[in-house]
Amino acid sequence: MHVVYPVVVSALLFSIGVYGVLARRNAILVLMSVELMLNAVNLNLVAFDVWLGDRLHGGQVLTLFVIVIAAAEVGLGLAIVLAVFRTRRTVDVDRLRALAEVVRTPEPGRPDGEGAS
Amino acid sequence: MTSQAPGLWPPSGPEVVFLLLGAVAVGSALLVVTTRQLVHAALWLVVCFGALAGGYLVLTAEFVAWVQVLIYVGAVVVLLLFGIMLTRAPIGPSAGLDSGNRWAAALVAVATAAVLVTVIVTGFRTAYAPLQPGRGAAEPLGASVFRTWVLPFEALSVLLLAALIGAIVLSRTDIRGRE
Repeated sequence: MHVVYPVVVSALLFSIGVYGVLARRNAILVLMSVELMLNAVNLNLVAFDVWLGDRLHGGQVLTLFVIVIAAAEVGLGLAIVLAVFRTRRTVDVDRLRALAEVVRTPEPGRPDGEGAS
Repeated sequence: MTSQAPGLWPPSGPEVVFLLLGAVAVGSALLVVTTRQLVHAALWLVVCFGALAGGYLVLTAEFVAWVQVLIYVGAVVVLLLFGIMLTRAPIGPSAGLDSGNRWAAALVAVATAAVLVTVIVTGFRTAYAPLQPGRGAAEPLGASVFRTWVLPFEALSVLLLAALIGAIVLSRTDIRGRE
C-alpha cells in the first residue's frame, strides 16, 4: 500500500471538513464537519502507523484515543447547542452574535440585535 | 521500507479497494457539507464513516475499524440525530443551511486541499508500506494499550467522566448558575 493514497484521501476529507465548518450555519452541521476533520486525522494516524511499523502501535492507539475524545466532544457540543437553543430558539451560528448576557435595561432607543434574547 | 516499492501505477488489489472506499468516503463527505436536508447530512455521515472503517480494514487496522463502527456510526451519529430532533429542525429541505460566506469558505477549502495534496505527494511519493495482516488486531493493540499507554488511557477515562458530568449539568434546566 502506497502511503500516498490514504494520506491524500485524508487531506481531501480534512479540506471538506474545513469547508463545512466555514460554510454551514446550523451548529449541528458544524459539529458534523468537525467530525469529518477528526476522521481525516484518524486516517492519517493509521496510515503512518502502518508505514512506520511502530512496535508500540502508537498510531492506532492514538486513533482510539482521538475517537474517544471525539465522542466526548460531540456529547458536550450537543449539550451546549441544546442549551443555546433553549435560550435563543435558534442554532444558526451566524445569528449568535451576543458575546455576553444581555442586561435588561430600560433603554428605548437601543437597537435590539438579532442575537439578543 | 522503500527499497522494493512498486510503481505508483497500476495500483495493486488492496490499493484499488482502498481507492474505491476513499472515493465513497470523499463523495459522501461532500454530500454531508452540501446537502440541503439536515437528516440526510447525518445519514451521509454514516456512509462516510462506514467507508472509512472499510479503509481501516484494508490498512490492517481491524480493531480501529470496529471501534469506528461502534462509536462513530453507533453513538456519534445517533447523538447528532438526537440533536437535530431536539432543535426542531425541519424534516424537508431547508434553505438557510449555508451562510453567505460560502464562496470564501470554498476558496479556503480548495486552497487547503491544494497545499496539502501538493506537499503530501511531493513528500511521500515513494513511501511504501507493506501490509502485514494481524498487526492491528485486538490482541497486540490491547497489550499495547494496557502496557505502554495505560496512563493516557486512565486519563481518558477521567476525561470521559468529566464530559459526562458536564453534559448532564449543561442539559439539566433545574441547575441554575449563580445569580
